[in-house]
Parts: sequence; C-alpha cells; structure tokens
Amino acid sequence: MIDAENLTRKFGDLTVVDKLTFHIEEGEVFGFLGPNGAGKTTTMRMLSCLISKTSGEARIAGYDVSDEADSLKIRKIIGLLPENNGLYDDLTAYKNLDFYGKLYECSKTQRKENIEHFLKLLGLWDKKDVLAGTFSKGMKQKLAIARSLIHEPEILFLDEPTANLDPESSKTVRDFILDLKKEKKTIFLNTHNLDEAQRICDKIGIFNTKLMVIGSPEELEDSTLRKKTAIQLKEVNDKILKALRNLSLRNLTIDNNKLIVDVVNPENENPIIVDAIVSAGGKIQYITRISSTLEDVYLKFVRGKK
Amino acid sequence: MKLWKSWVIATKDFSTFREKKNTIYPLIVLPLLLSIVLPILIGGIGNLIGLIDNLIGIIGIPILIKGSSSKDITVLLNSFSFFYIILAFILPNTLASYSILGEKIEKSLEPLLATPITDTELLLGKSITSFLPCIAIIYFSAMIFMVLSDAITYNTIGYLFFPNWSMAIILLLAVPLVSILSIQLNVIISSRVSDVRTATQLGLLLFLPFIGLYIFLETSVISLNIINLLGIFVILSVAVAIIFSISKTIIQRDKILTKRG
Repeated sequence: MIDAENLTRKFGDLTVVDKLTFHIEEGEVFGFLGPNGAGKTTTMRMLSCLISKTSGEARIAGYDVSDEADSLKIRKIIGLLPENNGLYDDLTAYKNLDFYGKLYECSKTQRKENIEHFLKLLGLWDKKDVLAGTFSKGMKQKLAIARSLIHEPEILFLDEPTANLDPESSKTVRDFILDLKKEKKTIFLNTHNLDEAQRICDKIGIFNTKLMVIGSPEELEDSTLRKKTAIQLKEVNDKILKALRNLSLRNLTIDNNKLIVDVVNPENENPIIVDAIVSAGGKIQYITRISSTLEDVYLKFVRGKK
Repeated sequence: MKLWKSWVIATKDFSTFREKKNTIYPLIVLPLLLSIVLPILIGGIGNLIGLIDNLIGIIGIPILIKGSSSKDITVLLNSFSFFYIILAFILPNTLASYSILGEKIEKSLEPLLATPITDTELLLGKSITSFLPCIAIIYFSAMIFMVLSDAITYNTIGYLFFPNWSMAIILLLAVPLVSILSIQLNVIISSRVSDVRTATQLGLLLFLPFIGLYIFLETSVISLNIINLLGIFVILSVAVAIIFSISKTIIQRDKILTKRG
C-alpha cells in the first residue's frame, strides 16, 4: 500500500531523509519511530505529496507521489493529521469538518452523515456548534482526527497524534486508532512514544535520517538484542559462583542474590544453569526470562547512530 | 481546474473574517470616511474660493481668478477620484496578508494543502477572498462619494460631475486591476515572509509608484483624462500579466511549507 525506495530529501546540503526504503501492507499499522529532528515529519510530508522528494521513489496505492496527476489521486485517498492540528479557531467544529468535506469532494449527504458519525464517536457532537478555538487541546486533537477521516480515506498519516495530550485524552486517541486498525485502515504513525508504538503497531521502523531497523515489535525485541535469564536465589555463595564460572556464561551479573545472564538458546542453556546451581546447593526462588524492550532496541539504534 | 473549490476556500475565509473584527473594521472605516470627508472638503474649498471671489469683487481688484471656482472643483474631484485607485491597492494588500499568512500562522496550511486541491485553485480562492470584499467596499464608498460630491458641488459647477467616463474607467477597469496586482504582489510576499505586518508593509512599499503618479496628477504633470487613464489601464494590465506569471512559478506548496520566513 505504501512503498518507498531510496527515498531521499535534502534541504540544501543537509540530508534530512536518506535512502529510505520500506513497504507497508494494506491494513497494517506502521510505527515510524525516531527522535525529534530525525526526519519523520519530512518523510510524512513527502508521502502525503506536500513536499517533493530529492531522489528515490515513493508510491501510495500504486500512485507515484512525484507525479502531479497522481498526487491529486493520492490526496483523495489519504487522511493527514499533522503535528499541529491546524484547525480554524474561528469556525465551529461542524463547519471545520464541513469545509474539508467539501474540498475532499464528499456529497452533502456523506458530509452530514460522516460529521455526525465521527463527532459522536469522538464525544464532540454536543460541541458541534462551538468555535474550535474554545476547545481544549484534547478536543482539538479529536476534531483534527475527525477531519482527517471525513472523506473515509484508505490510508491515514498521523504525526505524533498523542503528543502533549493529557493521559486521558491520549488514551481516547490511542483507543480510536486501535478502532481504526480493526477497520483495516492502513496507518502510518509518526511517534516517539515507544509504549504507544508497541501497543498499536504491526510493524515498526526506527529512523534517524536513515532507517536503522524495521520489523514487528516482537521481532525487534527478540532478534535485535541478546536474551537474558534472571535467577533469584536465596543466597549466592562461592560454591555457586564457581559452578557457574565453569559453564563459561556470557555477561553474568549478580545483584542482590539475583543472577542475570545472557543466553543464546534459553531452552537448552537454562536447564544446564539451573542444574549447576542446584548441584552447588543453591536454592532457586524463581527464574524469569528478560526480553529486551522496544526502548532498549530504540536506544541501541538511536544512540548507535550518534 | 475546479473553480468551485476556490469558491469553497473563499467562503470559508469570509466566515473566519467575520470573527476578525480588528482586521475588517479599518478596511470598512477608511473608505467610508474618505467617501464622506472628501466631498465635505470639496464643499469647503468651493465655499472658500467663492468667498475669495466675492471679496475680490467687492474691493474692485481685477478678477483674474474669477470663474476658476468651478474649474478648481472639477480638478479636485478628478484628483480625489484617484484615491479609489490607492484604496484598491491598500485594502486587498491588507486582506491578502491575513488570508494567506493567517493560514501559515495558524498552521492550517498543511491540512489544507493535503486536500485534493491544486495550487492554482488555492491561490484563486485566496485571491477571491481578498478581491471581492475590497471591491464591494470600494464601490460602496465610491457611490457615497459620487452622490455626496454631486450634492455639494451642483450649485457651484452647475451640473452633476458624477458619473463620468473617468470615474467609470477608474472604478470598472483600474480598481479591479490594481486590486489584482496588489493581491498578486502580496501572495508572492506572503510566501516569503512569516508575519502579517511584514507582508503588509512590504506590500505597501510596492505602492510607491502610485504615490508618484498621484504627485504627477496634483502637480499637473499629467491629468486624469480618459486617454491617460486608458494608458494607466494598459500598463496595469501588462504588470498584472507579468506578476501573475511570476507568482505562478514562485508559489509552490513545497516552498510555502518549507520556507520558514
């Protein structure tokens, strides 16, 4: 549904997006993770036909973003929620949506139905005749989301949709995105909220001018960093330590009678470690698997780049 | 090109302008004030000239300027008509700054440009936004000016000075063209700067040639007769065509969004 190949954007001598290549399937939620200034918004703007690319290719539903005729078709099938909501403060919620509905060439009936549907869904129907300028930040963000959906787009580009929102509003917006996911909308989500990406996205790309890594949250967690096993003992003594050293373990650390060790193949290695501890008279209270979190993966790549 | 989309953009702007009273009121007040003050001024000057004529007659000095009263008034009426060309530059310039830069400042340009509208449809919409209200205000105030001027000067000059061909050319040809020119220039400026005041001030700088023209009129270097007015019309038409072609190449959504001013 969304394809990019060596997509590059330069501003003068500064390369903001460097040879970005990825593929997003229809109905997939793609999390585009990266620090501030990584080039996420520039990428989204190129894909939404708002700014041109310097080189490379990008296609949305088969349409070329750099072709003028195609770009109009692309803009009809995508919905954009920019970083700043960009609502008209001097228009009511209803008129804001109606204006965009007209520009997206929705019929009068479709506009009426969709405005009512989305405003009710987002809890703003009672405020439909209130000026958008009087809305709270959370309400504005909800209204901006409704605006991006007014023409029932197949693809949604959401730029930091929960940034600067209070926890309750963030949850409402996040839940709404999850509802859209159920409707099989293709969603390109710019965020630096790792928790949000982990909960919502099918696929995640970690990006900092260049795409560092791409995969499902599970794939990133499992494959990128080493797996670890944590073993809580009643007491750690020299006999146990000697037995473990004989196993030539990787990165063994001990903290408050808790052993943490890197394992490559936990299914084979964990029983051997447990046997060695028990044989040395150790009393195991519990044993747990420690996976690398998305945060670990993110920091590894983003810091690695620096 | 879908003209109705430009109209949708313009009507949206009209709705938002209603809430921006600080922007709109001066645009209405200035022309209305001129349309009332200028005829009163002409009346006052006419009375003064009449008074001087009477005094000169009484004291028996050869009346060299007798009969100049009605001529002076018609000259004044003509030169005051030129104010409507000035208004046609000032008013759309202010409105265009708010219309285009307002979107940029309120960050509403990005979602707007993400809709399936072309750059030309957007620019046309923004031009209509600035053009129509200004033309309406100018025509309305010109009507008041003409009616009041006729009422005040009829007794002195002995006929209704307005309407006449000069004013017709000013209102029907020069005013629309100058408005379009002002809007086009402001569109170019607005795409390069990031605040309304700068855009308005830069736009008004480009107004200097019209001030020069007005000085030429007042110093009788040129007069506002039909031939000269048609000459101004031709020059304006060429200027509008040139500025329009420049603005079409300069105004691209890419540049508008990435230019930070």
